[in-house]
Amino acid sequence: MSAPIVVPSIHYLTILSVIILFGASLFLVFLTALLRTKVTQVWATAVTCGASLAVLVVTFFQWRCIDKAGASTTVAHAIVLDGFSVVATGVIAISLLMASLVAHDWAVREGVRGAEYQILALAASAGAVLMAQANDLIVIFLGLEIMSLGLYVLVAFDRHRKTSAEAALKYFLLGGFASAIFIYGAALVYGATGTTNLTTISYFLASNVLLHPGLLYAGGALLIVGFAFKVAAVPFHMWSPDVYEGAPTPVTGFMASIVKVGAFAAFVRVVISALGTQMETWRPILWVLIVLTTVVGASLALIQRNAKRILAYSSINHAGFILLGVWAGTVRGVAGTLFYVMTYAPTVVATFAVVTLVGGMGDENHSIDAYRGLARRQPWLGASMAVLLLSQLGAPLTTGFYAKYSVLAAAIDVGGSPLALIALLSAAIAAFFYLRWAMALYSDEPVDAVRVAVPRATGVVIGLGVAMTLVFGVWPGPIATLAQHATLLFNP
Amino acid sequence: MNVPAAWYLVLAAVLFGIGAFGLMTRRSALIMFMCVELMLNAVNLTFVTFARTLSDVGGQATVFFVMVVAAAEVTVGLGIVVAVFRRRSSTSVDELSELKG
Repeated sequence: MSAPIVVPSIHYLTILSVIILFGASLFLVFLTALLRTKVTQVWATAVTCGASLAVLVVTFFQWRCIDKAGASTTVAHAIVLDGFSVVATGVIAISLLMASLVAHDWAVREGVRGAEYQILALAASAGAVLMAQANDLIVIFLGLEIMSLGLYVLVAFDRHRKTSAEAALKYFLLGGFASAIFIYGAALVYGATGTTNLTTISYFLASNVLLHPGLLYAGGALLIVGFAFKVAAVPFHMWSPDVYEGAPTPVTGFMASIVKVGAFAAFVRVVISALGTQMETWRPILWVLIVLTTVVGASLALIQRNAKRILAYSSINHAGFILLGVWAGTVRGVAGTLFYVMTYAPTVVATFAVVTLVGGMGDENHSIDAYRGLARRQPWLGASMAVLLLSQLGAPLTTGFYAKYSVLAAAIDVGGSPLALIALLSAAIAAFFYLRWAMALYSDEPVDAVRVAVPRATGVVIGLGVAMTLVFGVWPGPIATLAQHATLLFNP
Repeated sequence: MNVPAAWYLVLAAVLFGIGAFGLMTRRSALIMFMCVELMLNAVNLTFVTFARTLSDVGGQATVFFVMVVAAAEVTVGLGIVVAVFRRRSSTSVDELSELKG
């Protein structure tokens, strides 16, 4: 008397990007196992680049498919194909491409052998893409874990430095804590609504009045706390500076970009799409998070002397800004969030590419003093770094300006002027350390300065990051249009 | 004997709380690690209880996902703990003090 198992219909184009990334990862695993010699860095990097370019091609076809047939769900409504997920996938693919090139040069410099870095990076990206496409709390959890487990190992990757394993242990313990909190929130929401599917949750909440909403409120709050841990929002940010500092620098850049994209994509979907009817309940929680995140992130960066720690606090500050779009919860807010992560991801990868180069052999030289006079010794590298810093500051004519503007405008639209003002104030504090750093680049040269070697692939990545920052900073139209279109296709 | 579902939920919440409390107060990486596992199993109990009260098999299926994830976390986590232990011959997180500021 067993019921037949119904196999859900699968739209393969939707899940093709995850298949490509995970397939490439497995391909490298098998190659490593089958070959007698170690897989060379060039081949491993080539596979990663090929896979990320293939994903970009797939996103193009997915976009065309959505244009024709509209947003759709597949695999029993657990995976969604809409403009939002497609754009997020594209950003993750670009970040993976750029970060893998930086990591390639780093591995060559440090004498790291084998394909393990690329294997883990591909798997982590597959998890991030899954998060962006998930339409079910359990699938979000799986994506989150696939991404995080890959990153825990990547953080511990540098065996020559003590700090690398230490950072990995801290990241692992707090990351595991965050995951447990997230899945407990999912369990409570399941108990309150009877489903873990985001679309069904939103229908249920729209058509039912909960007599005892306590369960839902507790669940939603725990989900938000879980996400806040992952995106390093204050007061759940303690791990971030240590992990940013301890991790190998190319890994830090990779992590800073794809975690932000994946986690914020899922965050937006859960808070706005699934729990959107209760938006007024979540707003105060997010309000406190944003105020703390922006102000504390910017203020603590002021007292740091280590470049990677400064960038860690700066990324906390950015997380606060991106949350502004989530707080707004409108179409404009979602578009702002998407625009922010689209422009922030390449910028941060390129910034950490410069930090990787300046760090030098052994990845140790991360004092802010190492940047003194860099622009005088190497004008191109120094100018690139200055542009990237100014973009993170939000200076006009860079993408950072329009990104900040779009989330602030979205927040002001729904009556968040005080919040926008506090965020702007934090940006003013942040401007202080960005400018101090940019000034150091152009200061007089110290005597014992060494020339920083710029390998070709990393040079291309930095050039690409700077070009995107400037071109779309002067002419933000295409990306803004893309972000808006992606929001219009937002499911449901 | 019929135990009300609420008791299971309370038990799960208590287990989750013990796990969270232990994670924040204990200083041995291995014990902290076990606390995370305890929290995940409290979640499993919650899922099963809700699956029973809602008569929905989805919650029970979810438990398998969580178990697989917990197993994967053990693999990675123990690997990292071993890597740290090799360098320091201690798993106390108080001695991990290279990174601060």
